[in-house]
Amino acid sequence: MNAPVRPESCGIDLARERGQRAVFCGLTGIVWLHRKIQDAFFLVVGSRTCAHLIQSAAGVMIFAEPRFATAILDERDLAGLADAEDELDRVVERLVARRPDIRLLFLVGSCPSEVIKLDLSRASLRLSRRLAPVRVLSYSGSGIETTFTEGEDACLAALVPELAEALPEPEAPAGEAGLLVAGALGDVVEDQFARLFADLGIPVRFLPGRSAGTMPAIAPGQPFLLAQPFLAGTARALEARGLHHLPAPFPLGAEGTTGWLRAAADAFGVDPARFEAATAPGRRRAATALAPHRARLSGKRVFFFPDSQLEVPLARFLAAELDAEIVEVGTPYLHRGHLAHEIAGLPPGTRVVEGQSLDDQMDRARAARPDLTVCGLGLANPLEAEGLATKWSIELLFTPVQGYEQAGDLAELFARPLRRRGLLEV
Amino acid sequence: MQLTLWTYEGPPHIGAMRVATAMRGLHYVLHAPQGDTYADLLFTMIERRDARPPVTYTTFRAEDLGRDTAALFKQSVSDAYARFRPEAIIVGASCTAELIQDDPGGLARALGLPVPVIGLELPAYQKKENWGASETLYRLVRALAGARREAPADRRLCNILGPTALGFRHRDDLVEVRRLLDTLGIGVNVVAPLGASPSDLGRLGDAAFNVVLYPEIGRAAAQYLEKALGQPFCEIPPIGVGATRDFIAAVAALADVDPAPALDAPESRSPWYARSVDSTYLTDKRVFVFGDAAHAVALARVAAREIGFRVVGLGTYERGFSREVRAAAALHGIEALVADDYLDVEAAIQAAAPDLVLGTQMERHVAKRLGIPCAVISAPAHVQDYPARHAPLMGFEGANVLFDTLVHPLMMGLEEHLLGLFREDREFHADAAASHLGAGHAVRHQEESRVPSPVRERSAFAESRVRDPEPSGEISVVPRQPCASSVEFSSLTPTLSRTGEGARSGSAPQAETVLASPAEGGGSATRVSSWAPDAERELKKIPFFVRGRARTNTETFARERAIPLITVETLYDAKAHFSR
Repeated sequence: MNAPVRPESCGIDLARERGQRAVFCGLTGIVWLHRKIQDAFFLVVGSRTCAHLIQSAAGVMIFAEPRFATAILDERDLAGLADAEDELDRVVERLVARRPDIRLLFLVGSCPSEVIKLDLSRASLRLSRRLAPVRVLSYSGSGIETTFTEGEDACLAALVPELAEALPEPEAPAGEAGLLVAGALGDVVEDQFARLFADLGIPVRFLPGRSAGTMPAIAPGQPFLLAQPFLAGTARALEARGLHHLPAPFPLGAEGTTGWLRAAADAFGVDPARFEAATAPGRRRAATALAPHRARLSGKRVFFFPDSQLEVPLARFLAAELDAEIVEVGTPYLHRGHLAHEIAGLPPGTRVVEGQSLDDQMDRARAARPDLTVCGLGLANPLEAEGLATKWSIELLFTPVQGYEQAGDLAELFARPLRRRGLLEV
Repeated sequence: MQLTLWTYEGPPHIGAMRVATAMRGLHYVLHAPQGDTYADLLFTMIERRDARPPVTYTTFRAEDLGRDTAALFKQSVSDAYARFRPEAIIVGASCTAELIQDDPGGLARALGLPVPVIGLELPAYQKKENWGASETLYRLVRALAGARREAPADRRLCNILGPTALGFRHRDDLVEVRRLLDTLGIGVNVVAPLGASPSDLGRLGDAAFNVVLYPEIGRAAAQYLEKALGQPFCEIPPIGVGATRDFIAAVAALADVDPAPALDAPESRSPWYARSVDSTYLTDKRVFVFGDAAHAVALARVAAREIGFRVVGLGTYERGFSREVRAAAALHGIEALVADDYLDVEAAIQAAAPDLVLGTQMERHVAKRLGIPCAVISAPAHVQDYPARHAPLMGFEGANVLFDTLVHPLMMGLEEHLLGLFREDREFHADAAASHLGAGHAVRHQEESRVPSPVRERSAFAESRVRDPEPSGEISVVPRQPCASSVEFSSLTPTLSRTGEGARSGSAPQAETVLASPAEGGGSATRVSSWAPDAERELKKIPFFVRGRARTNTETFARERAIPLITVETLYDAKAHFSR
């Protein structure tokens, strides 16, 4: 099933694979999105499998009543579409009555709802009118449409048409509405970046906001930075509103963060001395934090299974900032535009595999015997049992890893499995 | 369409995976979209299995739907056969593939592979996980068990049916059941599905009878074998001393052996522990039992007859077994709860006001929220339900484990009670922290004691939840209560700190909903009588684990009699009124 390896002008060794994939679907994003947007509720319209997936991906059955749920389709819903729509209205009304704290409700499409062509966008319009002031939006997190982090992309893309038109920022030059940063970041990271942008004199807003009432306003002509590499649809939606993307690396590691901030600084004409002054403390602290991990990871051979689309920036970070050797970078999808800086930052000839054929890839990992394998949760223990040290990639989504202050934490996530192996004598 | 926050059971193909993963030499090709592969982690993370389940997923995507998903499926079966060379293949569809109606069984058989290919029809929109496991084992047995034997089988040879991968303590139960059978001189021919190969299923007919450990998984196969091969079966889960004795008697009768050697079990300590005078305080403790049918029924019996608790609630999420559970509930003089909506279960627990909850991981969370001790006795399970040590529920050793499991949460309660008795002593003054809680709790206690008394207890309860080290249970590092014994699936959960500080502020809306619930529980819009300071002081002398009930009862008593101010007299009048 391997496509022939094609020489690429950008200097990487790119292959495409088709076959069995071992990835989450986009529903998984709900696990972090519901915590990011504190008054949003995510209602999956799907099957028992969807409910079971989210429950299992969340890893625990959560203590409090969660802000996500599944409307499980049953046979009666499959019999006729009109019934399914009535049923959905009934479920949503019950939910909203039960949870008056909810301000924003996402109807999240799943594989079954896509296949039976249940029109959730129409349902969301209908329910928005009926349930005002609760806003009802819809997006698809189905496995046939989205891979893991693409669920966040679909969610943010659904928010974009709803964003208000911005009034000009008082501090900004006429016609400039400041910078928009798109991509869910940990609040602690977001606050750090807000301070950095303030030091650079760049007005900034973040998408998504932390609540339905604090979504950013946007304006045509406004530049935006992507904080995550998997936001192709969100970027398109923003461009459709007249915003323009600032090409940049992603803020993973010190160099990634500097490059990301510099893209904004250049767009806003920030004086180089001011940029230097604003970023120097962060760069210094990141260098201090990274040094001990570089000693552990230098020369270590790392293999990535495809998962979150963070693989390419992470491989760049490991290679460029920690002197690791990259054996293979699997990624479910390679957005050549958004990842141009990251691809350029990989060592020449790095093998990048787009797509997946699971068993073939496992064979390659076994043959390569990497020092560290970055993979999904389902594969980690089997590979460990075969003697390969692993880092499960989902943690890279849930943990604050971006920015200068987290560069050391990010490195530590990769160093820990190796350090742990050193500790255990059994 | 059913609104579902948490599910007790996965979809039926997960049941099929539990069977396939338990076996050797079997491969399962599942027609399913990408994303359904999450199921791997149930086995590799929750049960900590060291290999991927023997499952190949077709992982079709939207672009495949426009082309030929049937061809993709056939290719996946061919590839899986070529790579894994299994003795037999089972094929089926997950919920989404069921909608596209590709007929996996027919497609796979058309490939003409040189091994048995068994098609599974698991209707995902009607059925659930346990049914899927049962149906899969039944289909496998039906396809592979062969015909009735000419020669009569050795009467002292049996098969064990039921244990699967991801089963609740199946691994350890099996050890105990083998030990019992061994003591009786009964041999085990085949255990299925755990550890069996397809060719082993071909040997099932060599045994004289079957032992079904988990009826929700093994009954259908046993009924088939009874009909087709003339094998009778025993279906008593040996959970608890009484049920273990019943089990021994039943299998001894089937094998025509003397049950005495197995009944004389010096390792059976739980009966003496229950009679030991230190257990007196366990008498009539109110216990609420909920789980899969077999475990719930067995645990209710253990709780009532072997520990001396009072069963005030008994229920199951398995509708298919509601008859058995209703019958058992009748024995305890109560109405069974058959529900798979965890909110209904939560409401029932709240209404029953038990001293102890025996349930699943769901009930553990409910109990934690309500401040009630809890032990987990049934699937759905969690990584902590797969302990490193031997921890069976079956056999005499299982009964020993159960005694500890059921009593320890209450023992911690007793410890708190003793602290309460000594509360006026210098070391144990009322504002001291509970012994098993962190230092932060002491500070809170002091703050709270300045709150005017009528709101104190409730606000303390609510606040303890707001300030819980696990703001929403999602981030959990600090084991909070011994009953919860909750080192959560922290390997997965730390992860949820992505929102950093937001996680903390984020607990606020959830905390509000929690705060609202005790008021709802109070259930009345009429004004609550106020407490005289001396009555409030008297109430504090009542052990904390019955104090909540004493308060509610007294307030109900006062409200019904329109007593505006609750005095010490009112408190004791109410106590007399409610004592039975």
